[in-house]
Amino acid sequence: MRTTNSLRNFNVRDKGAAIWSGWNRLQRTSFGIAMILLAGALPFAGNYSFSNFLNTPISNFADVLIYPVGMFVLMSLGLNIVVGKSGMLDLGYVAFFAIGAYTMAICGKWTHLNTWEILPLGIAFAMIAGVLLGIPTLRLRGDYLAIVTMGFGEIVRITALNTQKIGGPNGMANVPNPPSIHTPLGVLDFNIMTPNSFYWFVLVLILLTIWMIRRLSVRRPGRAWEAIRQDEDAAELMGVPTLKYKIWSFTLGAGVGGAAGVVYASKTLYISPDAFTFNISVLILSCVVFGGIGNIWGVVLGGVFLAYLPERIRFISNARQLVFGLTLVIIMNFRPDGILPRKKREKLSSPAIETGAK
Amino acid sequence: MNLEIKDLRVFYGKIEAIKGISVTVNQGEIVTLIGANGAGKTTTLKTISGLRPVASGAIIFNGQDISKLPAHERVELGISQAPEGRGIFPGMTVLENLEIGKYFRKDRKIEMQEDLERVFHLFPRLKERLTQAGGTLSGGEQQMLAIGRALMARPQVLLLDEPSMGLAPMMIANIFNIITAINKELGTTILLVEQNAQQALQRAHRAYVLETGKVVKEAKASDLLNDPDVRAAYLGTGAH
Repeated sequence: MRTTNSLRNFNVRDKGAAIWSGWNRLQRTSFGIAMILLAGALPFAGNYSFSNFLNTPISNFADVLIYPVGMFVLMSLGLNIVVGKSGMLDLGYVAFFAIGAYTMAICGKWTHLNTWEILPLGIAFAMIAGVLLGIPTLRLRGDYLAIVTMGFGEIVRITALNTQKIGGPNGMANVPNPPSIHTPLGVLDFNIMTPNSFYWFVLVLILLTIWMIRRLSVRRPGRAWEAIRQDEDAAELMGVPTLKYKIWSFTLGAGVGGAAGVVYASKTLYISPDAFTFNISVLILSCVVFGGIGNIWGVVLGGVFLAYLPERIRFISNARQLVFGLTLVIIMNFRPDGILPRKKREKLSSPAIETGAK
Repeated sequence: MNLEIKDLRVFYGKIEAIKGISVTVNQGEIVTLIGANGAGKTTTLKTISGLRPVASGAIIFNGQDISKLPAHERVELGISQAPEGRGIFPGMTVLENLEIGKYFRKDRKIEMQEDLERVFHLFPRLKERLTQAGGTLSGGEQQMLAIGRALMARPQVLLLDEPSMGLAPMMIANIFNIITAINKELGTTILLVEQNAQQALQRAHRAYVLETGKVVKEAKASDLLNDPDVRAAYLGTGAH
């Protein structure tokens, strides 16, 4: 019993935060750069003997890092803005992923635009969809919102399924790869032989998203979301334009999902409605909850774990879904707030200190 | 003339909760709405602050009909509410709760400090609890925080929804003393909803008695304290 309790109460997040707050600017920057470099070197890990246990059966490790790992992390971060930051349950997040992917496929095939030009378009379309869905539905709360968003996710998929112009159930093949990037260090090609470039592309998007969330969290929008999450009526009574900030949160989340869709389509070259089922929405939500709802690093960890594990245990074939499910149940039992939960101030018993001196 | 509610009607679905209420609150007054459970007191306050939509009637504030404005814009005009059940943010510190109270004003640090000082002057206890999470405060402290937070917006009218709910008698007296002080020292007009009719009538200038969504009596608070019907119904002392 004691081990269970210490496991439950042990909070890596707080430990990490304590170490982090003890560091100066130089230490923080160098740690950040080291972590980014380490993340950037990940695709090479599958090639070396000491780290080749990371290799996944069937698919190439670097490919797994892009889809599902990178995509899941990116989408979890996006969904975390909606679910974790402002506390709205969105069960149709896959819709924005699909809109991004179809934007890439349609524009890539029918126009002369390349992936870099389509990326902002994909984000924009996903965000527009977010606003259009948000304005009428975000007046709803809790379960009602969850049901409406779930419906929206299905509507997008079924629309794609029944629109012959965009391939219907057959989907769209021959989506173009992104053009090469010329860097001072050499040419970065994007094709089926260069998964590393795609991985770095996803990594950049993930880092940008993390940066955006961290910026917003400490500013007015972050405070408004926090207030809305804790008590929406009270937030409104304090003069927070709740509907506006809910739509913002929903739209930003949608934009991140759209970006993920664009990358996905230009990497896999072929998309079909089957790739955008309700399952994906639930899996992404699981990543957020499993990792630690509301905490960026928890969500990243959740995304990595839930995307990587099913791939890694693919050798046990049919039993892998069972193992996956069991792992989820067991870990959620030990850590009901996720692996790295958000700061829990509700439970803090900090006595009145040092405030009198100020 | 500060706040005037004219023939207000409010529905919950098909049920008419407020059946044409008219209430006037003048500059500098403490006005109280008393009545039993379900009389429509809280609904009236929620409708004034904008959490419930108006079916018909008008809410005139400083000559402007605000009945169609969203709640957060009414705060900007000068109507703040300390909601029923306090509605503080449990996961934010006392300081963060207070800061949210003036969310719409992007003031500089100095003005923030002034507002904070004003609240601490009324509620010295909050200053001691500044870094503590709102959810860990006692009931009385939470009520202080709810009122203090509403004051951060520098309201002209403060709406208080049952500030004595769930508090010990000592704390109730304390809270009502502070409400009187807010009215006297800051000159804030107060519309007070209370079940504790005794305290409310002692503190208020004027009072309205609500029964099932209608105003049944309107008088000076001191007169109602001696009104045999009110004594029998709300003060528990019986007619004599």
